[in-house]
Amino acid sequence: QRVSVEVLDHLEHLALVDFRDAEGVQRLQKAVQFADQLQEVNTDGIEPMDSVLEDRCLYLREDDVTEGNCTKELLENAREKVEEYFVAPPGNIPLPKLGERETFLQGS
Amino acid sequence: LAPWVPVVGLEIHAQISSNSKLFSGSQVQFAAPPNSLVSFFDASLPGTLPVLNRRCVEAAVMTGLALNCSINKKSLFDRKHYFYADLPAGYQITQQRVPIAVNGSLSYSLCIDNKMSQMVTKTVRIKQIQLEQDSGKSLHDDTRSQTLVDLNRAGVGLMEVVMEPDMCCGEEAAAAVRELQLILQTLGSSQAVMAEGQLRVDANVSVHHPGEPYGVRTEVKNINSIRFLAKAVDYEIQRQIEELENGGTILNETRAFDSKLGCTVPMRDKEGKQDYRFMPEPNLPPLILYDAKSLPANMNHQQVINIDWIHERLPDLPSVKREKLVEQYGILPEHSFTLLNEEGLAEFFENVVKQTQMKPKKVIGWILQDLLSYLKQHSLTVKESPVSSFLLADLLNLLEKKEISSTAAKQVLAELWKGEGKTPLEIVKEQKLQLLQDQKELEQICQAVIDRQENE
Repeated sequence: QRVSVEVLDHLEHLALVDFRDAEGVQRLQKAVQFADQLQEVNTDGIEPMDSVLEDRCLYLREDDVTEGNCTKELLENAREKVEEYFVAPPGNIPLPKLGERETFLQGS
Repeated sequence: LAPWVPVVGLEIHAQISSNSKLFSGSQVQFAAPPNSLVSFFDASLPGTLPVLNRRCVEAAVMTGLALNCSINKKSLFDRKHYFYADLPAGYQITQQRVPIAVNGSLSYSLCIDNKMSQMVTKTVRIKQIQLEQDSGKSLHDDTRSQTLVDLNRAGVGLMEVVMEPDMCCGEEAAAAVRELQLILQTLGSSQAVMAEGQLRVDANVSVHHPGEPYGVRTEVKNINSIRFLAKAVDYEIQRQIEELENGGTILNETRAFDSKLGCTVPMRDKEGKQDYRFMPEPNLPPLILYDAKSLPANMNHQQVINIDWIHERLPDLPSVKREKLVEQYGILPEHSFTLLNEEGLAEFFENVVKQTQMKPKKVIGWILQDLLSYLKQHSLTVKESPVSSFLLADLLNLLEKKEISSTAAKQVLAELWKGEGKTPLEIVKEQKLQLLQDQKELEQICQAVIDRQENE
């Protein structure tokens, strides 16, 4: 069962990754096939488990101020800063559409 | 032309009033130097983990109870993924699958035809309340083509209150939000000041013909006050009706309200439908809440949240306060609305009543007409009133004892507004406003007037 080009393009848009080459796409397909094995188990009437932590106690913290005040440290790794603000591009720059960008998927 | 039925739903984000953030110990404060209230977790540095703030959970439970919701004893946290510079982790921790509270209701009142005397009560269903993180703030610098990011707000606790599309116009939406605001402020779970971003409202608007399925809805954002909420909703309803009557279609899009132009415009950064790739938050076990029956015996009580304990300690909600005012003082329901609508006014009224022999039904007129209109004219809050409840009570006592007339009382009040520290009695004496009670003196004056007439 192949993963369609539309789905691959959609994933590239969402996650800002690219599948690079045929091997990358194949790896994805194999991963999907592997996960699909889960569908073979009959789970009728069973509540899904989404975390191995489900029996753990969720720790509740007291509402005290215990951190922050480390502007200098946080900005140390920023490539660009303006007066203690982080600098980012003006809004999201979406990935160009499939026909307009360089991607392996073009040829598929 | 067939009639149109507008449908309005609301998504309201209320910032939780707490000292520290939802999942970290950095401080929650409105104005502070950029990036000074940011912990490593808020900045999404690797190796950090979320730790849930107990106070935020309590705030959400209180709010859920006040809105007649069922509190889910087990609720879950999820990740909602999207890319934006002010969301450093690339996802927001929220409660998409099983939120903390569901299926509530909110009652609010409207004046029919702008007459305060005819009020009607409406109800809007509350779909759910969920706990989630706030994002940081982006400052757009168009001249230098860059965005400046301040993460002080990133990670602050929010309660998202989802109201079902039971409303039909701007006025209803505004009244519902106003009542929610009063409830939150009474509970103390949020200060809900819209101007400081503590209460944010997005409206979902669509129109359809009666009997037909609901139309395509648009989401309207960037609404900065309750007044603008009513305007934005009404504008969008009109826009959709006009578009459809001209043979056009409505796009399922997000629009921003432009308060200067009074219209809604498409928002550029929201392209197509977002796919948030929801997944369970792997670092947080389910949130378990207890009640009196299910309370575990051996747990550290700091780790336990008891819904019944919280319920017992809920303060009187605005609707209850209004009923009590009407019952206790014999004032009209619409009076009770105005009293609660102005911060501190109900307390002021009660303080005056305590200190005067004048009946509350008469006092209320002085409060709502004279005091309130003066405060409004000079844009003052009740706290800032130059006339204290003590002074007003003093004045009303003079009136009640018939030492001055009602007209004179208004004159004295006008003098009191100057805030020069004079007592009502001093002003009455200064301006010779005392009512003459002496029969003989009155006869003399009348006789003098008659004599003058005869001489002319």
